Amino acid sequence: MSEEKNTFMLDGVAVEFNEGDTIMDAALRAGAYIPHLCHNPEFTPHGSCRVCVVGVNGRQVSACTQPAATGLDVDNGSGDITDERRRLLQMLFVEGNHVCPGCEKSGACQLQAVAYYTGMLSPHFTHFFPKRAVDASHPDTAIDYNRCILCELCVRASRDVDHKSVFSISGRGIGTHLTINAPGGKLGDSTFAATDKAAQVCPVGAILPKHRGYDQPIGERLYDKQPISIVGDVATRKPGNGGDSHGG
Amino acid sequence: MPSNLETADNPKKLERVVIEPLTRVEGHGKVTLLQDEDLHIKQARLHIVEFRGFEKFIQGRPYWELPVLVQRLCGICPVSHHLAAAKACDMLVGTTQLTATAEKIRRLMHYGQTLQSHALHFFHLCSPDLLFGFDDEVRHRNIVGVIEDSPEIAKQGVLLRKYGQEVIRVTAGKRVHGTGAIPGGVNKSLSQEEIRYLQKDIDQIVQWGQDAVELIKRIFFEQLDYHMAFAAIDTNMLGLVGANGEFDIYHGGLRARDAQGGSIFDHVDYTRYSDYLREGVKNWSYMKFPYIEALGEDAGWYRVGPLARVNNCDYFSTPLAEEQRRLFKEAGHGRPVQASLAFHWARLIELLYCAEAIRELLLDPDLGGTDLLNKGQLQGTGIGVIEAPRGTLFHHYEIDDDGIVNRANLIVSTTNNNQAMNESIRQVAGMYLDGKQLTEPLLNQIEVAIRAYDPCLSCATHAMGKMPLEVVLVNEQNEVVDRLEKRITGDIQRTCP
Repeated sequence: MSEEKNTFMLDGVAVEFNEGDTIMDAALRAGAYIPHLCHNPEFTPHGSCRVCVVGVNGRQVSACTQPAATGLDVDNGSGDITDERRRLLQMLFVEGNHVCPGCEKSGACQLQAVAYYTGMLSPHFTHFFPKRAVDASHPDTAIDYNRCILCELCVRASRDVDHKSVFSISGRGIGTHLTINAPGGKLGDSTFAATDKAAQVCPVGAILPKHRGYDQPIGERLYDKQPISIVGDVATRKPGNGGDSHGG
Repeated sequence: MPSNLETADNPKKLERVVIEPLTRVEGHGKVTLLQDEDLHIKQARLHIVEFRGFEKFIQGRPYWELPVLVQRLCGICPVSHHLAAAKACDMLVGTTQLTATAEKIRRLMHYGQTLQSHALHFFHLCSPDLLFGFDDEVRHRNIVGVIEDSPEIAKQGVLLRKYGQEVIRVTAGKRVHGTGAIPGGVNKSLSQEEIRYLQKDIDQIVQWGQDAVELIKRIFFEQLDYHMAFAAIDTNMLGLVGANGEFDIYHGGLRARDAQGGSIFDHVDYTRYSDYLREGVKNWSYMKFPYIEALGEDAGWYRVGPLARVNNCDYFSTPLAEEQRRLFKEAGHGRPVQASLAFHWARLIELLYCAEAIRELLLDPDLGGTDLLNKGQLQGTGIGVIEAPRGTLFHHYEIDDDGIVNRANLIVSTTNNNQAMNESIRQVAGMYLDGKQLTEPLLNQIEVAIRAYDPCLSCATHAMGKMPLEVVLVNEQNEVVDRLEKRITGDIQRTCP
């Protein structure tokens, strides 16, 4: 005797879910792509980047935090939802200094890949051009604050997996920024190690191994051949399969 | 459109309208001729008013980004900046010897780059002047005119350039702004499939290279006296040569010779360039004025690029180019060829050399090797010098212990030719300016003189034979006597006060 399964509708297709699942959990398990940046199934959902915004019964919610429930009618692919995501991404691009042509993460960057996925062709909004520095004080890893999108994946990884709490978020509003738990505020003064989980989860080019740069040829980078909807996240890559050169 | 300029209620329904960049007319080429009381041209000033600031904004960036960051200086010869920065980074990471595969991949990339750049310059930009004459109507004197009148020549130009671009794509990942060279080596070698792909057309490319040299010789010798005298100036010449004095555009020592061909210095380690060269500044240009320190600012300026390289080297290692070099040398009758229009001749000999060198390299098994990187101990100073299509290119970086750039100095090829371009313009103006009125033929002649040097800053708008140019005649009292402006449309307008 088979039990009746829990399902909700995602763009008109029934998706099964288990008790405790979020919409994102169920969708990922079913192989349906919902664009996201701050979500990583290994960590507690955060809901801060809002890129996974979906329409649910007429309301907009973040798929990574919204519990799945029977009877939900989830809009993941309409033009309005894509427009909303594109605007969020454009704001992320202008808040930091994301210069793809000169960035070593280009081609293997989740922010860039999601922007391509949503059809973002320009930043649209006026660039803030914030003045931020590169912290290369650690012997193995550099942090380029220009590219940080405040997803807090490094914060969660360092706290929950590495049990070091090297990273934290400080400030408010537009002044919100990533800080290092060290007397001088430098990564080199902290307990951070290149083998930490926190070094492997950055979806953009903010936390990078030093001295490697563009060692992965064009054509072999993570998103060179297929879009993110098929390839998946930077952090889920295993070493040696195209995403390993930069933290994955 | 930036959001703060958005005024439409429904932006999605707007149509895109492109407005021609008329403002570039002012920025791209402006020449001031200073005239004395006897109406002699005493000085010519080619103003370069664009300011790029690369030396400043790479400060604070990690050194391993440099080869990709700085190549954005240029869209025509980015590979030169890419490789010069990579060579400087080799020094930073303590690489004293690249692996055989890495060096040969980089050389292949550089030969492809020089081939495409020279083909672009000669066929697309200069052949209209040389085939139709400098006084030909502007509307005809462009690449479209060449396609109509000499379709085979135009086709060869386009396909030569395409081949060079393909060499770059295969070695660097993209035709423009790739990533092949990294500190200490390269990030990929060539597959057998890629080698076979490039081998497929190389014999044809070498043949077209030979045809191109024959074409420029025919043009040059048809009016030999005129071409030898036009914008001719006696100058020192600087460039890299190989260890045995051979032509080498990737690596070597610095050689400087005077106007008679006598040695000023030779086989100088380029990391000591600042002991031999200085940069002067003028209050009317963002571009500096380099000179050989031993000769002083007034006598020490020099020329770089194809003319200097072909004059300076002792021989080419490839047979067809060497045969052409000997013929070229004969035209100098025992001294260096100083004719500015001989730049074109020398450029096409180099194009032939690149085609031959690519053919040789494609037979080398090292291209498919797997040993790509060789690094040593990180150090604070990195200097890389390369012969870019337009001439000697210097990249110099200083980094801190963390690997962050805190100082940079770039001397680009066109900068090296700065004073020489001014002198060539002065020579042309002195020969063709009659009295106090600027004329259209004079404007054309100045344009042709500038173009011989293939200055990078005129490339962008010059591609269709429509280089915007403004020539201003100024008298002893610093009053504007006449002003002639050639707009991007090709129209010529007098805008004198």
